[in-house]
Amino acid sequence: MDRKQFIQQLRRYQKGSISRRHFLGVTGLGTATAVLASAMPELVWPRAASAAEIGDRVSLTTWPNYHDPANFEAFTAKTGAAVEVAVFGSNEEMLAKLQAGGTGWDVFVPTNYTISTYKDLDLIQPLDLSKLPNYDAAAYETRFVEAGSIDGVTYAVSKDWGTTGYAVNTAKVTEPMTSWKQFWDLSMDKYTGRTMVHDYQLTTIGNALKYYGYSFNSIDTAELAEAEKLLLAAKPHLFAINSDYQPSMRSGDAWMTVCWTGDAKQMHRDLPEIVYVVAKEGGEIWSDFYAIPKEAPHLEAAYALIDFLLDPAVNAKEVLAHGYPTADSRTTALLPKELAEDPIMYPAAELLAPLEFGAAATLTDPNRAEIMARFKSA
Amino acid sequence: MAKAATSDDSAKRRRRWTALLLAPAGLWFLALLVMPLAVVVVFSLGERAPAGGYAPALSLANYLNLPARWTAFRNTLVLAPIGTLVCLLAAYPLAYFLAVRTSPRYRLLLLILVIVPFWTSFLIRTYAWMFILGGRGLPALFEWIGFGEIRLINTPLSVLIGIVYGYLPLMVFPIFVSLERLDKRLLEAAADLGSTPWRSFRQVTLPLSAPGVITGCMLVFILLMGEYLIPQLLGGGKVFFIGNALVDLFLQSRNWPYGSAVAMSLVILMLATVTLYLRLTRRYGGRDVSLL
Repeated sequence: MDRKQFIQQLRRYQKGSISRRHFLGVTGLGTATAVLASAMPELVWPRAASAAEIGDRVSLTTWPNYHDPANFEAFTAKTGAAVEVAVFGSNEEMLAKLQAGGTGWDVFVPTNYTISTYKDLDLIQPLDLSKLPNYDAAAYETRFVEAGSIDGVTYAVSKDWGTTGYAVNTAKVTEPMTSWKQFWDLSMDKYTGRTMVHDYQLTTIGNALKYYGYSFNSIDTAELAEAEKLLLAAKPHLFAINSDYQPSMRSGDAWMTVCWTGDAKQMHRDLPEIVYVVAKEGGEIWSDFYAIPKEAPHLEAAYALIDFLLDPAVNAKEVLAHGYPTADSRTTALLPKELAEDPIMYPAAELLAPLEFGAAATLTDPNRAEIMARFKSA
Repeated sequence: MAKAATSDDSAKRRRRWTALLLAPAGLWFLALLVMPLAVVVVFSLGERAPAGGYAPALSLANYLNLPARWTAFRNTLVLAPIGTLVCLLAAYPLAYFLAVRTSPRYRLLLLILVIVPFWTSFLIRTYAWMFILGGRGLPALFEWIGFGEIRLINTPLSVLIGIVYGYLPLMVFPIFVSLERLDKRLLEAAADLGSTPWRSFRQVTLPLSAPGVITGCMLVFILLMGEYLIPQLLGGGKVFFIGNALVDLFLQSRNWPYGSAVAMSLVILMLATVTLYLRLTRRYGGRDVSLL
């Protein structure tokens, strides 16, 4: 067909005297399109090649500053599935979302004390360990992984562990800080308007309880009432209530904050004047896990992502990025020797001794939930 | 006889058509407004399930517990009207300038400039304010000038700034429309009859733009009562609105029944305020007042 004929056909099609199908057929454009399409499947059926395997996406619900983004890119390059990351500020928030349903989450990162509740509420599924070849139970330190198994069934595999202490900007806060008592007293006095606490009942109420020397996990009404009194007294003096405290600490707006191991490590790496304190009264030691919600829409991708992140070589990069110690001895062996002696990641034994793992009861205790909500809305 | 039947038929057919045409909107309201509201009412009478959520019950305990959120109610009831008022004071001169003083050649361009911020996500713009109001933003500038140490972020003032920034265009447009429709000959007549500019403004311009003012205030006020994002980002979890208390009750403490009671009281509060407001402003706005 020459140019003139083509234009003729085009005009006929435009005027409506022939159909689109006839036009495409007679000019050969239809065939051309089909050939083009088969030559470039990405154009017409994007991601068709990998879709057959695990799908084109996987969603991960986790915590702020908790991964090495390069690892997600590597996962996408390897499997074709893009990782969609959402971050939360508290386990309660994660539980609330899962209870409401329809989350679309594939993998999430619960903390030790929540897993039994998730299992009781039938919100997570038992893991098929055959799909996680990189998981080697023997390589893990028991106390950090035992919360992931209930009655011999594994519901969650270990991500890492850490402590909850507080970070101090020593350029502004000159006192040698060692205790929760100091933390709260100075926050309400000399350093008013400069302290942050988590938007998280477990650590905020727990560390207020520690002021009085009570258990971090207390659900005793009288003890909680005292903690609430302290929180309400401290509230006007706080800079903010937020679990994402790095931006404010780095900018110098906040000088002290309740803090997790890795955040302290990340801030100290860039700003050496920010130091980490594990308070002498105690507080929290915890371990985080990877788990799969019951209704995960991309199950295969979920297993693939967890297995990828459990690979010691990948996990070592994660640890270097987030600064939390791992319970996996294979990964630890790959880390630089100086990390093994890092006082932020591995606090001294006498500081670790009084720390408590969070208790499941705190997650569902209505009193703790209401005290936290009252404290925030006060 | 036959004729009567025909007209009866056509009336019936017309009614059926009307019903058919109204059905989508009706179903929409039923499914997305009436039914959810009914669920909220039922939930508000229930109690928190052991692990959080809803458990059936029939009690008014949640409503009796409302005073526990008094501060959030107070913050909303103080900052929403103040925010509306500041918006009005800032928007009126701007709308007046656009509608009366600007030549039509530039008017469209200037109106577009008012809308341009909407092209960026509200979340991102509010985030930008976090940096502007944070220690390294405006306070650092003030300190350099010599005002001493000033705290802006996470205060009621920073929330107010965010509110005025976010809602100003919503106030500008209704006022602009009512001012643009204003018959300029009335102002000339007033001037011819010896009225001073201020008096013309007070007796002609202002009353004639009242419908726009009332609509704009209503629009901003209603949205402010349910505001969540601005207090969350610029209040640092310290300046709490009812919206924030609600999110907390549903997404942290998982106390759905209490959250439902707070939500219901917000709805009732809003209805009461808006009714009162319409009553008070009716004589200024006349019949022109509508929500949009």
